[in-house]
Amino acid sequence: MTNPAPIPEPQEAPKPDTATVPALSIDGVSHAYGPRRALIDVSFNVQPASFTALLGLNGAGKSTLFSLITRLFGIQSGRVGIFGHDIGKSPGEALRLLGVVFQPRTLDLDLSLTQNLLYHAALHGISRSEAATRSAELLGRIGLADRAGSKVRDLSGGQMRRLEIARALLHRPRLLLLDEPTVGLDVKARADIISQVRQLVTEQGIGVLWATHLFDEIMPSDDLVVLHQGKVLAKGPMSRVVTEAGAQDVNTAFMRLTGAQTMPGGGA
Amino acid sequence: MSSITTRDTPRGFSFAEYMTCLTGIVWREGLRFLHQRERFVSALVRPLVWLFIFAAGFRQVLGISIIPPYETYILYEVYIAPGLMAMIQLFNGMQSSLSMVYDREMGNMRTLLVSPLPRGFLLFCKLLAGTAVSLLQVYAFLLIAWFWDITPPSQGYLTVLPALILSGLMLGSLGMLISSGIKQLENFAGVMNFVIFPMFFASSALYPLWRVQEGSPYLYYLCEANPFTHAVELIRFALYGQINWISLAVVGACTIVFMIGAIWAYDPSRGLARRGPAGGEG
Repeated sequence: MTNPAPIPEPQEAPKPDTATVPALSIDGVSHAYGPRRALIDVSFNVQPASFTALLGLNGAGKSTLFSLITRLFGIQSGRVGIFGHDIGKSPGEALRLLGVVFQPRTLDLDLSLTQNLLYHAALHGISRSEAATRSAELLGRIGLADRAGSKVRDLSGGQMRRLEIARALLHRPRLLLLDEPTVGLDVKARADIISQVRQLVTEQGIGVLWATHLFDEIMPSDDLVVLHQGKVLAKGPMSRVVTEAGAQDVNTAFMRLTGAQTMPGGGA
Repeated sequence: MSSITTRDTPRGFSFAEYMTCLTGIVWREGLRFLHQRERFVSALVRPLVWLFIFAAGFRQVLGISIIPPYETYILYEVYIAPGLMAMIQLFNGMQSSLSMVYDREMGNMRTLLVSPLPRGFLLFCKLLAGTAVSLLQVYAFLLIAWFWDITPPSQGYLTVLPALILSGLMLGSLGMLISSGIKQLENFAGVMNFVIFPMFFASSALYPLWRVQEGSPYLYYLCEANPFTHAVELIRFALYGQINWISLAVVGACTIVFMIGAIWAYDPSRGLARRGPAGGEG
């Protein structure tokens, strides 16, 4: 399987006059677990047809933020909007436009690839016949059509990730969240997945928020949000963040911003 | 911005979308159940041990007088069969609800909860799916029990179905309410000791309540107030084509109260938010 072609059209193609509405807007969001503050006044936007990298160490608050955006946790303070829909006030409309790939695997290992996709489609109210058509098409595009009836358990880590991304796109969202999707994958599988997601941005105008702690996954043209100990330390186009930090590359910029020690392998 | 307002006007969800979601959740639960044969076997072994061993041992000890819905003297095995059917549902309800609460940050609950449909509806579907699985277990038990001379009237197999659906929903939502609300009950052993065993023994599952009343009036009142007693009696009467109206009212009311409470307590902005961050990191 070489570079997988990305997947279906989003619900509606973005229109020029909608560019002012962010795909995702995080506005003054704070969250605490008892006395421990996991997020402190976090604000940033993800634009449609853009790739935004959310860079932070483990424990920075990335997963908490994802839990808030996906309404797994209630919003304690601040506001999260998806294409203008407040996740607290109209979660249905907001979640309809959102696709998510969580960091831990969330597939049913004992069910087949198609069964996993059909279940996800049902959760979005997509009729069985439509779901079957979309599933077959998606499996074809990620090069797993011949495995449609196999159990997910028999797939490799990279194949499972590709399936999860395909699943997240099944209901044709316009915003895609991925929480460290390449963790544990080999170099080839990582490259495939990154290229697949970047194609979604350029060809289909999907807004992507990609949480990572790996510098080499970020490109100069990306938007960057640096999250550290629950706070946003810097945000904006990567080149600007690097320049403003007085650094030559994102690695150095990140270390200057956070005071962190660098780790081998290009990781934060 | 006007075009945005027009385009993004909330369109809500159609009845067909709700039904697609419901059938999808039940279908998946059924598929998973078929893949977990050991779960099926262990769900059956428990009541069968009670039926084959406990009931046989107690047959001579415990005389059962003629009480409704029975019209003749019955063997002890026949008496406890409805209690064991309810026990299957009790274990199934507690087990599946506990996993719904404690696995909420794991795979399948996360997948479920990012569905755009209302969360209350998703949880209801999940409870209904758990009940559907318990029905498969109960009917498998009834099939084996039939060979053990527990032979209710044939229409009883049909008339007991609505009773089982209601009692399954009641026990599932009770399990969800308890696991969401009581932080200390963090594992199944705790639920067994503090919920399942007291509910099961302080009920009419193993002995008729008039016998309990002879021994201890207080225990009798406790048994009468136990919703599980009414689930057992609802099933017992329905299995013989009759309706125990008091039990129906109690089980119906408890189902509504427990389900509303369970859905309320499950809301992460309430009790569960204190449990900590999702996944391994903050």
